Amino acid sequence: MFDFLTEYDILGAFWVTVQLTVYSAIGSLIWGTILAGMRVSPVPVMRAFGTAYVNIVRNIPLTLVIIAMSLGLYQTLNVALGGNTITATNFRLAILGFVLYTSTFVCESLRSGINTVPVGQAEAARALGLGFGQVLRMIVLPQAFRSVIGPLTSVLIALTKNTTVASTIGVAEASLLMSEMTENESDVIGLVFMIFAMGFVILTLPVGLLLGRVAKKAAVKR
Amino acid sequence: MSTEASGSGGASTATTPPMIKATAADKYFGDLHVLKDINLEVPRGQVVVVLGPSGSGKSTLCRAINRLEPINSGTIEVDGEPLPAEGKALAALRADVGMVFQQFNLFSHKSIIENVTLGPVKVRRVSQSEARTTAMELLERVGIADQAEKYPAQLSGGQQQRAAIARALAMKPKVMLFDEPTSALDPEMVQEVLDTMTSLADEGMTMVVVTHEMGFARRAAHRVLFMADGEVVEDSTPQDFFSNPKTDRAKDFLGKILTH
Repeated sequence: MFDFLTEYDILGAFWVTVQLTVYSAIGSLIWGTILAGMRVSPVPVMRAFGTAYVNIVRNIPLTLVIIAMSLGLYQTLNVALGGNTITATNFRLAILGFVLYTSTFVCESLRSGINTVPVGQAEAARALGLGFGQVLRMIVLPQAFRSVIGPLTSVLIALTKNTTVASTIGVAEASLLMSEMTENESDVIGLVFMIFAMGFVILTLPVGLLLGRVAKKAAVKR
Repeated sequence: MSTEASGSGGASTATTPPMIKATAADKYFGDLHVLKDINLEVPRGQVVVVLGPSGSGKSTLCRAINRLEPINSGTIEVDGEPLPAEGKALAALRADVGMVFQQFNLFSHKSIIENVTLGPVKVRRVSQSEARTTAMELLERVGIADQAEKYPAQLSGGQQQRAAIARALAMKPKVMLFDEPTSALDPEMVQEVLDTMTSLADEGMTMVVVTHEMGFARRAAHRVLFMADGEVVEDSTPQDFFSNPKTDRAKDFLGKILTH
């Protein structure tokens, strides 16, 4: 019954999913933190940019963002992001799309975390002579991060599942292989679905449990 | 009102500027006029206690001195320098002005020793080891050296406030501002914080203290400012203020707090 599985590289496809997730998560965390910094900054231009960016990008369907990377950036503007083959280019374009999109959710989670930090913390830091960037970096963000590990975990899980959208521009991750298998193995279609569903649960469930523990440990005691 | 120092602790001479000087300072919260035409000079080494009913603007005055609350008009100078606008220059000035808050505001995610060394290391660019040595001396002095590795939430209110005083002192400030430092403390912890402040006053630190602790005002202050409705209504020595208040507002205030 499972004989057909040997013809497909399921682990390889899930490995691409993992890579997409990890690179996109790192990029989203960095860009999302910068966006959050902009949204709370005292400079009106930065605040306006942060607000506009978040409100526009998070309201565009992810499929459109990813297709725009391929059609707009690559095929129209010839931005290949240094990829030598079309496979490498699509992989990088997909990651860029995920980062641009997911960072808006990271930014908004972080911003709600910033709001949980009592204003006195920042005041005390300013009173010591720390500048805005230092206050944000050393006092506010470390406390904000600890209070939003839970929401950020949800963002990470959503990102893991969202990587399936990369198949629309031909990145060979898990869901692309699934479509191929459902066509070729239509007699065991239920089994194919189950295998891929389980694959995603295996990826996300331990991450959720682990980060849930981390969140409890890291919580700031007041 | 009179701007001259009426206390005994002023060590100012004609050549050195006063440590704090406010000229025609006005502050509004929306329509509310919280500071009305404040004129004030605090000479070096003077301990000024600011008294007044709640809502009189005394906390706002304290916070205006390091521009945590910017004033709307007038000027405030610290050590002869007018307060700069928000930015590097203001941060540099704040480094010289220590501040102690009602709610302590110790950094919750850092240990006590990290709280005390953060400013010197990141603002003064002192080496980590030197900052640590100084910090331990200060914690020793405020009596909580054995708590250095703990986190703020593990300390009592009185210990937290003494740690906050050590954190401010670690910057070697020219002047210390205390914004109701004992108001959030349980009664049995008030004295340990006041003792720390009194010893600081005895060493000649310039201090502006917003408080409701009349005992501290009598014992450690050189000068008492009484504020009501955003104005400095009385400016005198503690002896004069407590035994012979001039205005009805002050008499009323003293009557309420001294009889209970």
